[in-house]
This record gives sequence, C-alpha cells and structure tokens, in this order.
Amino acid sequence: MKKNGSQIFVEALKAEGIDALFCYPGGATLNITDALGLSDIGQIVVRHEQGAVHAADGYARASGRVGVSLVTSGPGATNAVTGIATAYLDSIPLVIFSCQVPTMLIGNDAFQEVDIVGITRPCTKHSYLVKDVNDLARIIKEAFYIAKSGRPGPVLVDIPKDVSAALGEFKYPDKVHIRSYQPTYTGHLGQIKKAMKLIASSKKPVFYAGGGIILSGASEELTKLASMLSIPVANTLMGLGGFPGNHPLFLGMLGMHGTYAANMAITESDVIIAVGARFDDRATGKVDEFAPHAKVIHIDIDPTSISKNIHVDVPIVGNSRDVLRKMIEIATEDRDDFENYQSHISEWIHETERWKKEYPLTYMRNGTLKPQYVIERIFDITGGNAIITTEVGQNQMWTAQFYKFLKPRTLLTSGGLGTMGFGFPAGIGAQVAYPDALVIDIAGDGSIQMNIQELATAVQYGLPVKVVILNNGYLGMVRQWQELFYEKRYTWTPMQYAPDFVKVAEAYGAAGFRIEKEEDVDRVLRAAFQDKRPAFVDILVNPEESVYPMVPAGASLREMLLV
Amino acid sequence: MRHIISILAENEFGVLSRVAGLFSGRGFNIESICVAETLDPTTSSMTIVTEGDDAIIEQVLKQLNKLINVIKVVDFKDADYVSREMVLVKVSTDDKIREEVPRMVKIFRGRIIDVSPKTYTIMITGDEAKIQAFLALIKPLGIKELVRTGPIAMMRGEKTIKMKEKHSKGGEEDGY
Ligand SMILES: Cc1ncc(C[n+]2csc(CCOP(=O)(O)OP(=O)(O)O)c2C)c(N)n1
Repeated sequence: MKKNGSQIFVEALKAEGIDALFCYPGGATLNITDALGLSDIGQIVVRHEQGAVHAADGYARASGRVGVSLVTSGPGATNAVTGIATAYLDSIPLVIFSCQVPTMLIGNDAFQEVDIVGITRPCTKHSYLVKDVNDLARIIKEAFYIAKSGRPGPVLVDIPKDVSAALGEFKYPDKVHIRSYQPTYTGHLGQIKKAMKLIASSKKPVFYAGGGIILSGASEELTKLASMLSIPVANTLMGLGGFPGNHPLFLGMLGMHGTYAANMAITESDVIIAVGARFDDRATGKVDEFAPHAKVIHIDIDPTSISKNIHVDVPIVGNSRDVLRKMIEIATEDRDDFENYQSHISEWIHETERWKKEYPLTYMRNGTLKPQYVIERIFDITGGNAIITTEVGQNQMWTAQFYKFLKPRTLLTSGGLGTMGFGFPAGIGAQVAYPDALVIDIAGDGSIQMNIQELATAVQYGLPVKVVILNNGYLGMVRQWQELFYEKRYTWTPMQYAPDFVKVAEAYGAAGFRIEKEEDVDRVLRAAFQDKRPAFVDILVNPEESVYPMVPAGASLREMLLV
Repeated sequence: MRHIISILAENEFGVLSRVAGLFSGRGFNIESICVAETLDPTTSSMTIVTEGDDAIIEQVLKQLNKLINVIKVVDFKDADYVSREMVLVKVSTDDKIREEVPRMVKIFRGRIIDVSPKTYTIMITGDEAKIQAFLALIKPLGIKELVRTGPIAMMRGEKTIKMKEKHSKGGEEDGY
C-alpha cells in the first residue's frame, strides 16, 4: 500500500515501539508534525532543540531504550549538535531525525539549510540523508539497529521536506543486514581464560568499571564476580551505579576527584580488570605513571577503545555481560587455579580497607551550609530510590562522591563531553520514561541557566522533576581552578547576576523553595520531593567550597590534594 | 613511518568524507588518496598513503574498521605488495631537447601522449622510486606542469582483499 513519507515515518516509529518523541517544529517538519499529530505516539515539545536531544538522551539512559528526537532544518538541527555530541561521547543510543529543505534545494544555501550530516559526522555513530522515500523505512530500521547494537551511539537521519510528502511503498523490514557492520558480542574464550589465569596469580587485583557495565546490563555479573574473588571495585563516573555504592568491596570513584582508596588501589595494583571503560584522561591522570606495576586486562565491545591510551596485556573484545558471565563460569569450574588465591590477596583487601578508613571522603563542618551535606541528605531522604541527574561542575563531582548509587541507571550525567545544561532536560526525559519515579537534577547556579527554559516543558507535561540548585554564586568548578592555579583571580566566574530562582519557578507555574540554613535542609527537601509539581530548590551553599580529593590536571593518580 | 592503507567500502556518497574526516579529525595528513569503483559496482576501493607511528596507525585502522560503510581495511606494512602510480608531466621543448626527451621517456618505458609545437606531455607509470628517478632527470629541462595520482596497491600472488563480510561473533542481535 502506498503511503507518504510522513505516514511511513509514523508507521516505522510504531513498528519500533516508540512511545515518546522529543521534538521542536519548523517549516521543514510540517508534514511529519501533521502526521504525528494524528498518531498516538507521545510527543514532548521542548523549548530549545538542545533540550530535546538531552531529554531523549535522559530517556535512553534511564530506561535502556533508544531515545528519539526530531528537529527542524538549519537552526533546529544546529541547536541539536551539543546534545548529539554529548550522547556520542557517552555511547547513548539515540536516533535524531532532522528535517531538511527539499531535495532540489539542497546545496543551494536555501533558507534554513545546513549540511547537518556534514556537521555531525564526527559526533554520530552513523548518519543518513534520505534521498528517496522508498528508502525511508529501511533507513529508519537500520538507524535504530545501529544506534542500539555494538557500542551504542547517536544516529542521525536527515529527511528532506519533499521526501516527507512523496508517496512510496511501505514495508517495514523485519531484519537488518548491513554487510559491513557486524559487532562482536562474544569475547574470545582463549583470551578470557588467559585473563582468569592472570587474576588467579595476582596479589593485588582491582576492577576498573565504566559505563559499559551499565550499557550492557552487567552490574549483577560484576557484583557476583567481584564478590566471588574478593576483588575491590573502582568505578569511573559513568560506571557509578554499576556496582552497589554500599558494597564492602566498593572503593568509590577513581580519577581526578576520585577517592584516595580508589586511586591508590589502581596505582598499587598488579592486575587491573578494566570493563566497559575507556581510560579517559580524567580517570587515569598522567598516563605514563598510571598503574606502574599492573598488567591490564581490558574488556570492551569497541576494539578502538583497547590500547588507545594505555598498553593492554589481555585485550578482550566483547559484550561486558557476556565476558563476565564466562569469567564467572571459569571461576566456578576451574577451582584449582584459584587454590591459593584467597590467601594471596587477603593482605591487599586489608590494605584497601585501611585506605578507606584512613582517608574517607570528607569535608569541613564549619557552621556554613555545605553542598556535600546537602547531597548526603538527599541520599538519606530518598534511600537511594531516585533517578539523579546532574549538571556539570562541582555539583556533579559532589554528587558522584557523596550520593551512594546503589543501582544502574540511577545516575544520569554527562561524563565524556561534560555538558552544562544536560541535567535538567535529561531529567525531563527520565521522568517521561518513569512517570512515577522521583527524578532529581542536582545543579549549579551556572549550569541551570543553560537550559532553564525547559521548566515550561516540565510544567506543560506535568513532569515533576526536582532541580536542587547548589547555589554558590560562582561557576564553582572553574573558580576552584582559579583559586588553586591562578592566585584567586576570579575572572568571569562570579555569577552574581543570577535570577531569583524561586520566582523563576513560580513564574513558570512550578514550585519554588529556598534553603539558607543547615537545619532547614531536611524539611524543605522533603516538602519539595513530595510536591506534585516540578520544583526548583535554591540552596545557598558556602560560596568557596572546593571538591577534594583532587588530582591536578597532568599529575599522576597518587598525587592527590586532600581536604 | 609511511603506510599504504587499502580500504574496501560501500560505493555510496559520503563514504569518502567519512574516511577523510577520520584522518583530519586526528590531525593527520593524507599524503595521497585514490578512489574508484571495484569489479563489484556496489563497492569501491581506496588506497591511502599516510604517515604515523605504529600506535597511531593502529588506532586509525581500528577507527576505519569501525565506520559502518567500511567493509575491510588492510595496512600493507608487513605484506608483500605491488604498487603503481602515474604521473603526467608537461615540458616545454626547444630544439635542444626535442630529441632528448623521447629518449629518456623510452628508457623509462613511458609514453608521450600529447605533442604541440612547444610542449610534450609525458605519461610515466611505475613505483614511487621509478617516478622519482624520472622526475629528477627531467626536472633540469624545465617542467611546466605536473600531476600525480598517488599509488594504488595490491598484494602479490594469491592474496586478495576479499569482500569478506565482517561476521558477528555470536550473541544477541541487539542488546549492547
Ligand atoms: C556548555 C559548557 N560550557 C562551559 C563549560 C565549562 N565549565 C565546566 S564546570 C563549569 C562551572 C559550572 O558552574 P555551576 O553550574 O555553577 O556549577 P558548580 O561548579 O558551581 O557546581 C564550567 C563553566 C562546560 N562544562 N559546559
């Protein structure tokens, strides 16, 4: 049966089981907008295209499903780029539909034309320009498949306006076959055995677990294997929640603002088992001095991640969950290899416990309202049963340090790109995926101003996201660097011209709260969390508080500045 | 170190810019690139010459492999291969060298493919060393214009860059 491009679009989305689309209209979207309006696919119209992509991203991170967003040509598409790059660096499965000027105008500098396929080439997993309506269904099928298979990532599909109007045959393919794209899921058994031998002979093993644990759904396997073999676990920022934050073997986050125990364990270890992590410079510190005594086992679905930044002794390309399952099998069956293992590593476990006890995460309690305290209270009040998003800066690092993430997909944060303005729209997306969940964006007063307009979206769709603003009157993280490395010359970082966030919230029809004293924290947070509306909680925290421990950029992980 | 990399890719628009973008995005220079359809019109082959240490090239090869439209990537570094490039050279002629040029071209088994009262246009094919040697000889006579293709390369003997599809090694179809 013949359908037009817009109907094909809608049918394809239905066939993919898509229930929510984050979008913003324009001239080029009109045909599709109209067809969507007649469908029952949920449509969340945001206030800025960056918000649309971050919301789709938050939806994907929270639910494990593909996030979908649709924007118009030209400025709509360029506004989406930061969101696309954010998802790309964190390997989040998204399909972004951009609409394009009619085919015959492409390349003519037509009104609202940009080469969005060209602009986003370096920050998409793949992209398509649909030139013929008869290719549309197949391309959409492929786009979803590519976005979620292998190492996930954003895929862009650019649809010219005439293609969305043209008539074509609709048949949704049930299988995808791309001869040049066949990701490897199953790790090489020989390599896995080699890795297990190495672990069995180790005296100071440590897990270095990243976002791949969460993406591949491997947190149960990681917890099981670590517990079986008593291997302490350090998480990257993206890995938080992939291993229970209250587990006795948990060392905390490693890296620039990692815990003393995690960074020392990595530095002193003799075998590192990196899973779904990519040795980002924020995690490794100075690469030349990274884990000088360790042999490295690296499990990752993406071969380009392996031996990119550091030398790997046992590379294993495959799905983290798959590989960890095999490792569990081997550890269960080949007991002989592990005969003296426990006695070898008991001293190591002791040492890591000592580090944790002697150098816990801490902060000075000096009578002022401390952001770290606020985060601790949020954890206690929610019992860890919330979806937490963050902005970028100190707010993000304190959240990573002081909130104990117990389950995967409870921390949604921009790790790779570090995008201010991510947290709030991501929270909106997460709330769409889980309408009954408590979703909290932990924000800075700088970051929240980057996508503050999405408050209208939250109010319009009744998405009760809570934004907790750790208001320090500064672009705090940049100020911290100025304090440490630029003799306290606070150029550009004071944010004294912020709006009254309570009034902003109220102006949009949301709830506004303010906290100035420690004793009000619990009561007001509880009230805000119970409120049925979206809410801003403006918390006036100590302005010059800094994040510690800190490994200065370019230093090795053992060179930590402590509180 | 200099590397000759051969790529088999889908013959679709945009593939070349994806490949080239991988190099430019990492700040590497492409010394030369030759692209054309293969025997199978749905695929095209590219021969790229670039410079870089082993770690960098390894990363480039992996990244190239990761491109959705790339079917196969081979670095000729350790392979036994043949390569050829072609150069067109236009020289001004006067009576003095009117005789000399054809002699040199003959020695190098090239051809004069265009003649005018004042110019010869010469075609030479061969490996890089041969082309360099020819150019060194002809240069003193005065070159008016020169265009080069950059090499295309192929493995010696039985070996081919087969259209072998990348195979999924087991596991669920989707699910990361
Ligand atoms: C879009 C964007 N622009 C600039 C930066 C650089 N940057 C990183 S942290 C930071 C300060 C963030 O300030 P704020 O949101 O107030 O949070 P705080 O550090 O005070 O918690 C800046 C400007 C960034 N990460 N993202």
